[in-house]
Amino acid sequence: MTSTAAKISVQGVTKTFALGRDTFTALDDLSLDIADNEFVTVVGPSGCGKSTLMNILAGLEEPTAGRALVDGVPVSGPGPERGVIFQQYALFPWLTVRQNVEFGLRTARVPKAERRERAEHFIGLVGLEQFADALPKTLSGGMRQRCAIARAYAVNPSILLMDEPFGALDALTRVKLQEQLLDTWSKDKRTVLFITHDVDEAVFLANRVIVMAARPGRVYDVIEVGWDDARDEDFRLSTEFAALRNRVWHSVYHQDGRTAAPLPSTTT
Amino acid sequence: MSVLDKQGAGRRNPLPEKTSGTSADSGAAGAAERAPQRSRSGGRGLPLVLNAVSVALGIAIWWALASAGFKLPTPPEVVARARTLIDNGTLGKDVAASLTRVLIGFALGTAVAVPVGFLMGWYRVLRGLIEPWIQFFRTIPPLAIIPLAVVVMGIDETPKVFVIFLAAFLACVISTFQGVVSVDRTLISAARVLGAKDLTIFARVVVPASTPFILVGMRVGLGSAWATLVAAELVAAQQGLGYRMQNAELYYDLPTIFVGLISIGILGLLMDRILLLAERKLTGWQERR
Repeated sequence: MTSTAAKISVQGVTKTFALGRDTFTALDDLSLDIADNEFVTVVGPSGCGKSTLMNILAGLEEPTAGRALVDGVPVSGPGPERGVIFQQYALFPWLTVRQNVEFGLRTARVPKAERRERAEHFIGLVGLEQFADALPKTLSGGMRQRCAIARAYAVNPSILLMDEPFGALDALTRVKLQEQLLDTWSKDKRTVLFITHDVDEAVFLANRVIVMAARPGRVYDVIEVGWDDARDEDFRLSTEFAALRNRVWHSVYHQDGRTAAPLPSTTT
Repeated sequence: MSVLDKQGAGRRNPLPEKTSGTSADSGAAGAAERAPQRSRSGGRGLPLVLNAVSVALGIAIWWALASAGFKLPTPPEVVARARTLIDNGTLGKDVAASLTRVLIGFALGTAVAVPVGFLMGWYRVLRGLIEPWIQFFRTIPPLAIIPLAVVVMGIDETPKVFVIFLAAFLACVISTFQGVVSVDRTLISAARVLGAKDLTIFARVVVPASTPFILVGMRVGLGSAWATLVAAELVAAQQGLGYRMQNAELYYDLPTIFVGLISIGILGLLMDRILLLAERKLTGWQERR
């Protein structure tokens, strides 16, 4: 994955927070590379610094040490090439779906007609045409998150950073949205860093799963899922999926070393 | 009978509540899957009926007490006095005088409070500089300022308008400031990652997000402006509802006092309703429990 220049490159990033008199190490010398158009999921126990990692990549927080590069350029502040999707949707409640989707286009001073058109396109892509003029309060959780996805897509970022976007949804809706996200992604490929605490979700979506450990936050294990499998129900129910899932599960719930011990046989 | 209930202003929850949305989503084409919307109009008729019954009951009790020998004017006496005062123009002039004072004071107070509240919420330095003064003046009832205001500003309209201004300002500035500091950080982050800079975030996120707080502040401010006005007129005025009641007291003129009280209550209620209406219009996007 590192043969060509990485799309996202995290190099020795450490992030500490002052916690009263102590310091809390959210991320400890973390390094990872993500290739262009790769779908990477990050899974790990709470407190492992997943969200901190995302905030650093989004430019909302600065690393204490090390650096994060996007397209070879160090991240300094948020940028339109990196779209972010938050767990709590973060839709502007006083704006309609369409106005929310147009928000980033307006700040980028996209002319009105083009703004309309692009918003229309992405609202259609997530299947919210009928609700374009509805306020967020009238939408269900899943629809709100689809609106947030459309909003992030609309500014045409090459990277999508997703922080447990489906975490607040019920299991049925989550599966639906996972499939829709992959559908959207396969029609319109982006580099995705998807943070989750759900092992199934991590395996189902990813080309590669990164398992993190807490205290201090670090990469514990990396599991290749591959690029070839069609992500559908068959895959979800396959033995291959089950094997990967077991592997990731073990990594997440039985962390004993500083990093994962190499498995005796990496059959998947 | 007390119609002076204007302090109910803060009772509605101004917080743009966050959803921990877990409502089901039937996905796919987005067919008829709107989350159930709270119908707020449901059963609106019943409370109105209850309100009317309650008012009628209150008047009946008042009447009964007056007939039972308490030192109270009966409702017909009060209505007759009101008619006289309306016919000779006194009531109209008093209402106009009082309303003018309250509206000028309230408008100035709000106009200053909103920008000051925003500045306090947005810039830490300014907050540090301004807050002690606001906290200090908040503990002083505006009425206690009147002696000072009269000495410094003379006995014309200025001191009255000033204390009303102060009352409205203090109520509104605090809640505007509250509104700004409690804007959901995620919304600000969301705006930033969508490319918004400080000025855009301020205009397009902070201002709309704090509107509910500002409106509640205005309602509380109006309530306290109105309360202060009447008291200010009791102390020093030649016209106005407060003055009229003060004057009537000298002559044991209970019906006139009642007319004054009821006028104050009704006007306060009307102004509050107008603001409430504005609030509904401007903050209809809020989710309510």
